[in-house]
Amino acid sequence: MSSTDAGAREGHWAKTRTLNTIIMVLWLIFAIIIPYNAASLNSMTFLGFPLGYYMCVQGSLIAFVAMIWIQNWRQDQIDDEYGVGE
Amino acid sequence: MADTTGGGRARFIDNLGKVYALYTLGFLVFFAFMAILEQIGVGAQAIGIGFLMFTIAIYAVIGWLSRTGEVDAYYVAGREVPALYNGMATAADWMSGASFVALAGGVYFGGYPYLGFIIGWTGGYVLVNSLLAPYLRKFGCYTVPDFVGTRYGGNTARFCAVVVLVVASFTYVTAQINATGTIAAQTLGVPFEFGVWLGLAGIFICSMLGGMRGVTWTQVAQYIVLIIAYLVPIIWMSNKQGFGIIPHFSYGDAVQRIVELEQQYGLQPAAENLAGVSVLTNPINDPAGKGWSMVTLAICMMCGTASLPHILMRYFTTPSVRSARRSVGWSLTFIFLLYFSAPALATLTKLQLLDPSLATSIIGKSIEEVANLAWIQHWTSVGMLAIADQNADGILQLNEFFMRPDIVVLATPEIAGLPYVISGLVAAGGLAAAMSTADGLLLAIANALSHDLYYKMIDPQAGTSRRLVVARILLLFIGAAGAAVASLKLTGILGAVAWAFDFACSGLFFPMVLGVWWKRANAAGAVAGMVGGFAAGTLYLYMVYTGQMEPWWGIDHIRFGIIGMPVSLVCMVVVSLMTPEPSKEIQDMVDETRIPTGAAILAREH
Repeated sequence: MSSTDAGAREGHWAKTRTLNTIIMVLWLIFAIIIPYNAASLNSMTFLGFPLGYYMCVQGSLIAFVAMIWIQNWRQDQIDDEYGVGE
Repeated sequence: MADTTGGGRARFIDNLGKVYALYTLGFLVFFAFMAILEQIGVGAQAIGIGFLMFTIAIYAVIGWLSRTGEVDAYYVAGREVPALYNGMATAADWMSGASFVALAGGVYFGGYPYLGFIIGWTGGYVLVNSLLAPYLRKFGCYTVPDFVGTRYGGNTARFCAVVVLVVASFTYVTAQINATGTIAAQTLGVPFEFGVWLGLAGIFICSMLGGMRGVTWTQVAQYIVLIIAYLVPIIWMSNKQGFGIIPHFSYGDAVQRIVELEQQYGLQPAAENLAGVSVLTNPINDPAGKGWSMVTLAICMMCGTASLPHILMRYFTTPSVRSARRSVGWSLTFIFLLYFSAPALATLTKLQLLDPSLATSIIGKSIEEVANLAWIQHWTSVGMLAIADQNADGILQLNEFFMRPDIVVLATPEIAGLPYVISGLVAAGGLAAAMSTADGLLLAIANALSHDLYYKMIDPQAGTSRRLVVARILLLFIGAAGAAVASLKLTGILGAVAWAFDFACSGLFFPMVLGVWWKRANAAGAVAGMVGGFAAGTLYLYMVYTGQMEPWWGIDHIRFGIIGMPVSLVCMVVVSLMTPEPSKEIQDMVDETRIPTGAAILAREH
């Protein structure tokens, strides 16, 4: 069983929860708010694409991949900080 | 792999890189060999058969070598799959016949709202990674109902989870067997019903003997085939037609050009609709006023991703919590490769047909000329395409060209005038995509029934060999039932797949997520959440699909998760708060789930 005491656990969980909240907010922006507003974003262009279209077919997808890797990198740091990393 | 002693298996795991590099090379050599055969005049059908037989034979060999008699290996591949390979296996498990064959076609015909599939089937992994995968891995369960049953305690919750799992996965698997049959029938020139059973036989070889272990290593092999088969035609076509070396970053101009052409031609519906084929009426990029329909679809697909058991159970197979997380990252990276290519494929194919300055264009040409094109004749002869001069002016108009959305990917190599060997490659890729998903789904269903229903609820004294025999018999029966339903051809591929996601998110999303994130959630609440959400979603589907009710706020039958999920959440929270909080034991268990170190909640073999 783990040797961590209750305080450390709470600290670990608090930081994990904060990290998760940040990721969920970013998720909300890239998965819902931006695609929903594609029409108004289309007035701008990016790499020759209308921006709204670009976000739906590539931009948000790239953001999802980056979010997962960054979250995992940060979560590993949190785990190690509290001595619960493997 | 067949060697069940530690040494033999360790050697295989250590050499994964070498084994799969050699395999990829072998596949490319085979591809080159087929290309040479085509040059010296071997017929198209022979090449197609060669591709299917060669790849199925390889999967069968892997399945045979992975055979096992151990419960741990059968259910969770011995929990020794490295993150990178689990990522590939998950990607193959995930990308179904629908993603491979139907998605680009959906985008081609559906326009902006269908981009909800692209966002939904990638963004869902953010939810999987944040909310579920690491915690389920720590739990150490064999199946998804195993988690529900242990976290909430009691067979009622476990049973409800089994029911939702079976309905969602079975809906999904019929679509995959349908896709397998379509491809086998097309390529081998056999009737569809026969193709379905042939595809099923291939699926059994991968999953029967080795369970999760066999499926894992064949799925890695299938991912390699399917991604090569998706990317090679796009890049080849792009270079041949002058759209750029790698078209993904430069097709913006093509999008703008199509918008111009659409305005020039006008997007009128056909004068007379033909059954089974569609005409292009949706603009490629006109999101104004369609945000709601796009976003509701995306939400259903995302929450469904995070509730579909055949995906979640892939993260039970990694050696640690950290590697489970890392493998979610790899999964989405590998999935991304296909999903950011699909809209490029749809756009470039559309441009090739529409733009009169390209040699491949057909719109605006004389009917007679178009009807003589080889690819038009091929697909017309199987009823997947039609041209009809409905205004009798002798010229093909945009609304006189009919096509089944499902064939866009399969027909693209022919439209672009690529050699037939590319079509053979695409068929092998589509088959790999459909088979790998069907494997995962059948295993998810059979494992839930054998582990949760039979072992945990009916006969807890059953020994190892008996459990595995039951699991395999169930696999046979479910596969056969799936093939029987698939041969009835009740729905299209994309529609049935969307339903599976809606069933899963209606019933399982909140009970799973709150099981980790809300300690106060208890068994009564979970049961209420599963039953309430699932029943509400199913009832809505029934009422809307049969036309007894007008859809509310444009939520049609492929989006019914939008109705099921809130009902599930409300039922679960209200009933949980009205009933006593879970025992101290269960609350401690939830705490333990939240940290990566320490023993798994469930024993290694349970």
